[in-house]
Amino acid sequence: MELLIKLFSITVFASTLRIATPVILASLGGCMSERSGVINIGLEGMMLMGAFSAVVGSWFFGAWTGLLLGVLTGGLMGLLHAFMSVTLKANQIISATAINIMAVGLPNILIPVIWENHYGISPTVPVIADINLPLISSIPIIGDIIGHQNPIVYIALLLVPLISFLLFKTKLGLRIRAVGEHPLAADTLGINVYRMRYIAVTISGLLAGLGGAFLSIAYQSQFSSAMTAGRGFIGLAAMIFGRWSPKGALLACLLFGFADAFQASAQSAGVPIPPEIMLSFPYVLTLVALVGLFGKIALSPAANGKPYYKG
Amino acid sequence: MAAIVKMQNIVKRFPGVLANDDISIEVEEGEILCLLGENGAGKSTLMNILYGLYHYDKGEIFIKGEKTTFSGPGDAIDKGIGMVHQHFMLVPVFTVLENLILGSEKVKGLSLDLNSSKKELEAISDKYGLEIQLDAQVSDISVGMQQRVEILKLLYRGADIMIFDEPTAILTPQEIEELYKVMQSLRLLGKTIIFITHKLKEVKEISDRVIVLRDGKLIETIDTESTSIRELARMMVGREVLFRTEKPEVETGREILNVKNISALNKRGLPALKGLSLNVHEGEIVGIAGVDGNGQTELVEVLTGLRKISSGIITIDGKDMVNKSSGQFLDAGTAHIPEDRLLRGLILDFPIYENLLLGFEDKAPFAKGLFLDFNKVRSWAEELVKNFNIKTPGVNVNAGTMSGGNQQKAVLAREFQRNPKVLIASQPTRGLDVGAIEFVHERIMDAKKEHKAILLVSLELSEIMNLSDRILVIYEGEIVAEFNYGEVTETEIGLMMAGGEDK
Repeated sequence: MELLIKLFSITVFASTLRIATPVILASLGGCMSERSGVINIGLEGMMLMGAFSAVVGSWFFGAWTGLLLGVLTGGLMGLLHAFMSVTLKANQIISATAINIMAVGLPNILIPVIWENHYGISPTVPVIADINLPLISSIPIIGDIIGHQNPIVYIALLLVPLISFLLFKTKLGLRIRAVGEHPLAADTLGINVYRMRYIAVTISGLLAGLGGAFLSIAYQSQFSSAMTAGRGFIGLAAMIFGRWSPKGALLACLLFGFADAFQASAQSAGVPIPPEIMLSFPYVLTLVALVGLFGKIALSPAANGKPYYKG
Repeated sequence: MAAIVKMQNIVKRFPGVLANDDISIEVEEGEILCLLGENGAGKSTLMNILYGLYHYDKGEIFIKGEKTTFSGPGDAIDKGIGMVHQHFMLVPVFTVLENLILGSEKVKGLSLDLNSSKKELEAISDKYGLEIQLDAQVSDISVGMQQRVEILKLLYRGADIMIFDEPTAILTPQEIEELYKVMQSLRLLGKTIIFITHKLKEVKEISDRVIVLRDGKLIETIDTESTSIRELARMMVGREVLFRTEKPEVETGREILNVKNISALNKRGLPALKGLSLNVHEGEIVGIAGVDGNGQTELVEVLTGLRKISSGIITIDGKDMVNKSSGQFLDAGTAHIPEDRLLRGLILDFPIYENLLLGFEDKAPFAKGLFLDFNKVRSWAEELVKNFNIKTPGVNVNAGTMSGGNQQKAVLAREFQRNPKVLIASQPTRGLDVGAIEFVHERIMDAKKEHKAILLVSLELSEIMNLSDRILVIYEGEIVAEFNYGEVTETEIGLMMAGGEDK
């Protein structure tokens, strides 16, 4: 009993939110991009580039400028993916893989250029500090879970209904979804398919960049090589799990976040299960999500992954 | 009357093809104009240019007397031009309402104003008598209603020049009647209609004037009243056309294909065949008539080993074939002309000789131990190309570079080479022009003379009615009616295809 209380303590739920945040942002990016018909397995690399730029920005100009730089770098990566896959009609998987590989290599080259004698890991930089929500933090239990968090956690949670509104309630969202399902139909109605995809994939990059910045200048206080550790891919899995909808993806992210937080607390509580197995738990859950064991296999947007050729 | 649309000296080139070769047409306000031509004659290309979907290489377009250039369909829509495409331009997972407003959305603040669009659309659909369920998802509504949605889409955007690209291809005879009525009433309300078709009967039934295209060139512009179907056919094909394939008298023999009470699921896991039974005898052509999506695809797949059945019996010449592999079906004497030759008939990136070899690659004289004797394969392929009159520079040419008609001839050549007991022909003339259709029909009749059992599945009712000895009507995975050759009218079959009167 005592162990159970320890395992399901308030700290576990609070850290669930923190752990889920970058994954939520990646999955929202996935929703944006794939709803417009562009597969984005480049989220991982976009996050990584975002994380790196955020640290650079924070080192030179302070944490908030770092955050802005991280977001914009993610957006730039999104723009690059859009250029390769929409304009040049490159295979979207290959285009995104190129971004992922670049995002591992480029920071390693730049770190010793910016910080002498640093390799693979940046020095510690200023971070965006956690804040207290005035009223909510005084509510018992709920206040302990959500009352004292990082601003980016709140931004991520706020972005879920916002992106959902954008996709499903606005003119832009209707058009983005239309080009993801049937681009030719959208074209016959005078909608610029390429422009819609550029917008969606760039927003996707901005979101991934924000997720990366959270990792490097909020969750941690430095950049280390490949520090995203597959969170971009887990975000993608959460998006599939949540059937390409922001709200569904949020639930999936919270589930993954909880799995991660739970294994950490189980380890520290001395649960006699090898840490390797515990550590693999979130990834196993991701695999389960991907093969669609929960419910029927989710259907992706019909034109997802297919370049559009104009006559 | 004044010309509302004038296209002058239009030239459009696709890689390797001159799709429109200096074509000039005029469309008069308030008329129904037919654009007649075989597949590949350039009709759709010309209209896609008028709709701003394709750019053209040369020429001028005048709309309502004003010289116009389009950078995209948006510009054409602004000029009052609308187009109902051959393949509907609807997003299946969107609601009817969402599809209708797409591109012309009304907004309130940041969000879509669905309610006011809805009211406006209801008013328009009432005015033109177009019955539509605005809140239904497009994938759930009938093909007929999808077409009404397409028409409403044009009206909502204020189109007064309406292009219909082969609108009848997917409709039952009753739905075609409905469409004609809608088109007539649109004309009465002052709309100008351009109707693309390759069906001569439709030209006579609906149009005021006809423009005939052939091989990208304008052949003739003529008043419908002053011409005949035979004359139109000659203009369209460029030679005299026989309208009916001679049907040979053949004694039917023993039962070859026997299907009893089979049930199967479609690829989405929903029941597609529900206790379907049929049989085909030697020397007999059995035609399956039906609206697309009533189980025809699944039936053909089941009978060629491409889909499993959950219950029932299938025998070929007395041999049990339930859930056997496609290879075993071939060995049992089945030949298959698939409904989509690009998907299942041919490997487009393979040369012709390799395509012709498929299914024979493990058989003598081509297979020699682990190796293939490509000299034998090539000379055999060359012989087939000659016998089936396949027009190609050589057998090394990739199948994907041939025309649709020649591709289908290649499929036929290979399948007939199996010397089958039963031939499963699924939409064997889909997308072919009149000349190629004639060729395919003759070959099918040859097979009948050779006492093959033939199952013919087609969405072209006239094809079923002309070729079949017996006609079975499929509806929602069941055979709902059976008729003998010549004992039934198109209207009666059409009714059964739509599920019968009292259902």
